[in-house]
Amino acid sequence: MSSTTVGSRRRRVHLLAAAAACLALGAAGCGQSSAAEPSPSASASTPAGVLGIRDPWVKAADTGMTAAFGTLVNDGNSDVTVTAAATEVSPMELHEMTMKDGKMVMQPKQGGIVVRAHSSTTLEPGGDHLMLMDLKQPVKAGDQLTFTLTFADGKAQTFQAVAKPFTGAQESYDPGHGEPMPGMSTTPGTSTSPVS
Amino acid sequence: MTTTSDRPVSRRGLLTGSALATGGALTGAATLRLTADGPGAVQVPVAQVGGAVEPFHGARQAGVATEPQAHATFVAFTLKPGTDRAALGRLLRLLSDDAARLTRGRPALADTEPELGLLPARLTVTFGFGPGLYAAAGLGDRRPPSVAELPAFRIDRLQPRWSGGDLLLQICADDPLTVAHAQRVVIKDSRPFAAVRWVQQGFRRAAGAEPGRTQRNLFGQLDGTANPTPGAPTDAAVWVPDGPAWLRDSTTLVVRRISMNLETWDLLGRTDRELAVGRRLDTGAPLTGTAEHDEPDFAATGPDGLTVIPDFSHLTRAHVTDDRQKILRRPYNYDGTPTADGHADSGLIFTSYQADVTRQFLPIQRRLAERDLLNEWTTPIGSAVFAIPPGCPEGGWIGQQLLG
Repeated sequence: MSSTTVGSRRRRVHLLAAAAACLALGAAGCGQSSAAEPSPSASASTPAGVLGIRDPWVKAADTGMTAAFGTLVNDGNSDVTVTAAATEVSPMELHEMTMKDGKMVMQPKQGGIVVRAHSSTTLEPGGDHLMLMDLKQPVKAGDQLTFTLTFADGKAQTFQAVAKPFTGAQESYDPGHGEPMPGMSTTPGTSTSPVS
Repeated sequence: MTTTSDRPVSRRGLLTGSALATGGALTGAATLRLTADGPGAVQVPVAQVGGAVEPFHGARQAGVATEPQAHATFVAFTLKPGTDRAALGRLLRLLSDDAARLTRGRPALADTEPELGLLPARLTVTFGFGPGLYAAAGLGDRRPPSVAELPAFRIDRLQPRWSGGDLLLQICADDPLTVAHAQRVVIKDSRPFAAVRWVQQGFRRAAGAEPGRTQRNLFGQLDGTANPTPGAPTDAAVWVPDGPAWLRDSTTLVVRRISMNLETWDLLGRTDRELAVGRRLDTGAPLTGTAEHDEPDFAATGPDGLTVIPDFSHLTRAHVTDDRQKILRRPYNYDGTPTADGHADSGLIFTSYQADVTRQFLPIQRRLAERDLLNEWTTPIGSAVFAIPPGCPEGGWIGQQLLG
C-alpha cells in the first residue's frame, strides 16, 4: 500500500528510464504500432494476467470526463507496455500530466504506459491515469466498472474498479498531439446524486 | 502497514504480546486473545497502542463486545431522496471497504491523506441501520420491530439535532486522530447518498490509563458496573441467536445524549451524591457493600429504619438480576464548551446494546423515567435507535444479507 504514496518524482524518473529503454529497443514491445503484431519476446516471460492491478478505482462523475487509477504491478522479467484502455461507458485514452505554460495539464501519453520488469507504476490523480473521455452514462459512487487494458504484445486483460466520490483530480485537459473532442467539459462532473 | 511493522519479532515478544503490531492478521488475533480474557486481563503496552488491530470481518460486527476504546464519534446520516436499495448497496460497499482498510492500518481507497490511515489504534467502525433505512430500501418487513423511535418519556427534552437517523457509523479508536480521519473518509464517501444529521464525539480514559476499570462519567461515578459479564449470558443478552441471515448475530443500539447538570450537582455533598446513585463514588460499591461488584442488599436498613440504599436510587431503579434481560452499556463522556459564566456543557453519550430494545431496554428506561433520583441532575436531550446488522466476511459488506 505504501507504494501508492510514493512521491511522483521517483516514479517520473523511473518512467523516463523506461521510455528511454523503449527508444533504444525500437518499436518492439514499446510502441503503439506493435499492438497489432504481438511481440513474443515481450510476452515470453510475462505471467498469465500480464499485470497485477492493485487498488483500482474510478472517479465517480455524472457527465463529461473522468479517470481511473490504481497500481500496475509487473512481476514478470520483461517490461510491459499498456497501449490502450477501454470500458463500455466511455471512449478512453492513456494520459500523463505535464507542465505546459507554467501549469500542469494532462495530455495523451505517447508510447503508452510502461511498467518495468519486477516493478510497479502507480496511476493516481496528478500523474498518469486512464482517462474516460466522454461518459455515455453517469458513473455513480459505488458502481463497479469493467476495464480492458491492451498491451503492446496484443494481449489484453480486464479488471474491475469501484467508483469513488472524489473531488480532486480536476486537471485541465490539453489534448497535445490528439484532436480535442467537441462538446466535452474540461473538468470531470462530480457525482452528487445517488440516482442517475 | 503500521509504523511498527518492520520491527524484528523476537520469540519473547511473541510470548509476551509485546510484538502486537507485527502485521494485520497476527496483530488482530493477538488482540482478540488478550481481550477475550476479560477487561484488563492483559494490557497493551502504551508504545504499541497505535499499531493494535481489531478485526473488522466476522459474523458479528466489532465495536460492541470490543473493549471500549478511548475515543469515539457517532455519525448519524439522513438518506437523500433517491437513495434506494441499490444505492444503499453501493454506499455500504464503499463504507465497508473503507472500514476494512482503515481498521487494518491501511489507507482507504483514494485516501487523500494516506499517512493518517497507517495507525489503526484498535479502530472499529460499527454500522447501524435506523428505521428509515429499511423504508428507503423497501424492506420495512425486515426491520426488527423494536428498532423504532422510543416512546416519549416524561423526563425527555429531546432536541432534533441529537435525535433520529437512517444510518449510523460508530467510530472508535484509542487515538483521536485515527477517529477523525476515519470520520472524514466515511463522510466523504457518504455525501452522494446521505446528509450528516448529527455527530456526537466522546471520550473515556486514555488507552492503558486504567486498564480493566469501569469507566467514570463526569459526575465522577463509575458507569457500567452492572454490565453483563463476558460469556454465554452476555451473548444471549446482546446478540440475536437465530433467524434469517440479516437478523442472526445482529443486535440493537440505543443512543441517548444525556446532559448532566454539573452546576446543580455541585450543590450536593458527597453523601447525597452517593445516596442518589446508591453506590460509593470511590469504589463504586453498593452502599451495602465494600467492592464494586458486591451484590446490593436492597432490604438492608440503617439505624433510622430506612433502607441503606434508597428506594429511588439509580442503582435500585436500574437493577436487573436476569443476565438475559441486561443491557450492555458502552458509554462515552462528552464535554462541550462552557458558557461565558463558566457553566459546563457536559454529559454522557449513553449507548446500550441489547438483542431486543422492547424486552430489555424499555423496562429499565420506564422505571428510571418514572422515578430515579438522578433525574434531578440529568436530562435526555437526544435519542436514536438502530439495528446493528450482522458482520461480513472478507470481501463482503455490511448489510449484504439484508440488501444484497
